[in-house]
Amino acid sequence: MDPPPPEAVYYICGDCGMEVQLKSNDVIQCRECGYRILYKKRTRRIVQYEAR
Amino acid sequence: MSSDTEDTTSGSESEASDSAKANSTLEFIEKLSDVPMGRLPPNIEFQRTRVECKADAPIHTDTFQYNGAYASMGVDNNLVDSFCDNFKVEVINLTEDEMEFDMIGIDPALANAFRRILIAEVPTMAIEKVLIANNTSVIQDEVLAHRLGLIPIKVDPRLFEFTENNTPNEKNTIVFKLHVRCERGGQRISVKSKELIWLPNGSEYPLESQDTKSESSSKPKTYTSFTCSQDSLPEFSDNPICPTSGDITIARLGPGQEIDLEAHAVKGIGKTHAKWSPVAPVWYRMLPEVIISQDIEDEMAEKLVATCPVKVFDIEDIGNGKKRATVARPRACTLCRECIREGKGWENSIALQRKKDHFIFKIESTGVLPPEVLFTEAVKILEDKCDRVISDLS
Repeated sequence: MDPPPPEAVYYICGDCGMEVQLKSNDVIQCRECGYRILYKKRTRRIVQYEAR
Repeated sequence: MSSDTEDTTSGSESEASDSAKANSTLEFIEKLSDVPMGRLPPNIEFQRTRVECKADAPIHTDTFQYNGAYASMGVDNNLVDSFCDNFKVEVINLTEDEMEFDMIGIDPALANAFRRILIAEVPTMAIEKVLIANNTSVIQDEVLAHRLGLIPIKVDPRLFEFTENNTPNEKNTIVFKLHVRCERGGQRISVKSKELIWLPNGSEYPLESQDTKSESSSKPKTYTSFTCSQDSLPEFSDNPICPTSGDITIARLGPGQEIDLEAHAVKGIGKTHAKWSPVAPVWYRMLPEVIISQDIEDEMAEKLVATCPVKVFDIEDIGNGKKRATVARPRACTLCRECIREGKGWENSIALQRKKDHFIFKIESTGVLPPEVLFTEAVKILEDKCDRVISDLS
């Protein structure tokens, strides 16, 4: 059984705010500005709140 | 020694004057005309119907509810009969969302009951559940949800039911969508309440557990289970549901930020949460009466007119270049007592009073329902409460 192909994950650059696509062995760095802090994106699931 | 003699003389003099005074009082009482039966003497009647506001504190503030309160004077204090005979409502001012009216001949307990019911027990629709799919703005999800909850929604709550056992359907839930995005390279934008879009078919978000399994079924399960579209109902077909004002700021978005959410409005009452309260404020005050008992003339009159911050007094010419203060707008009096603050002289010449059974009632609606409808709803709610008490007792 082959392992599933590495899934690309998108992060957001902490400096310029661009979307950065990373694979399993990529360097953690923004391709636009070279900034090394990347943030995880918000969940795509729906979050329910009480309006109180 | 001399002081002693003085004392004794003065003592005997005062005794003499005391007995003279007692005699004259007795004479005065003997000469008094009889108070007619069935009516209170004027001073007692004054205490019963008016609050008198002195410079330090108001007096005679109580109301007398007990119907035997004046039995010893042969007067029946029957409030129910006097209410049925004398109760009056006069509408002073009525606009789309404001109403001022006078309730005359009503007990403060009832006037206050209406006020409290309007604030806490007249149902309205308000956003209760917020389903957030995406929010990258600086305002937190919780705060955003709270802000959405406070937006008044222009829809007649009588067309909806209270939510029971948490099954949202077309009879108890209104669904709004909000999807705004600020493009990169643009200006910051404000998200206004007009961008809330009514979804008459219910939620568009599929339930998580359903979307993988039941691909085959024609309709994926969503967060609401509407059996028909709300805009097919005659009440909503030609006036879509929207917030009362389209100009309420919900959030501000910077370039690249996005809000994508669904808001579910349900029926509720202000007792549960203030967002369901249909009134901005509702308040009442007793009718003020301002009476000038001793003429106030010339400079004093001008001083009086200048003192009053709400311009209750005016000046009239009484000939010979003389001026006299008059009470022109007693209704405007806020009882600040500024006019009687400067010494006993003022307090003796101006009487500030309130009528205990005359209420100036003001309703400011949030726009959900017109104020006159709100008030009739409040009356119905009080009626229901009375019915419930009667059926409990019988």
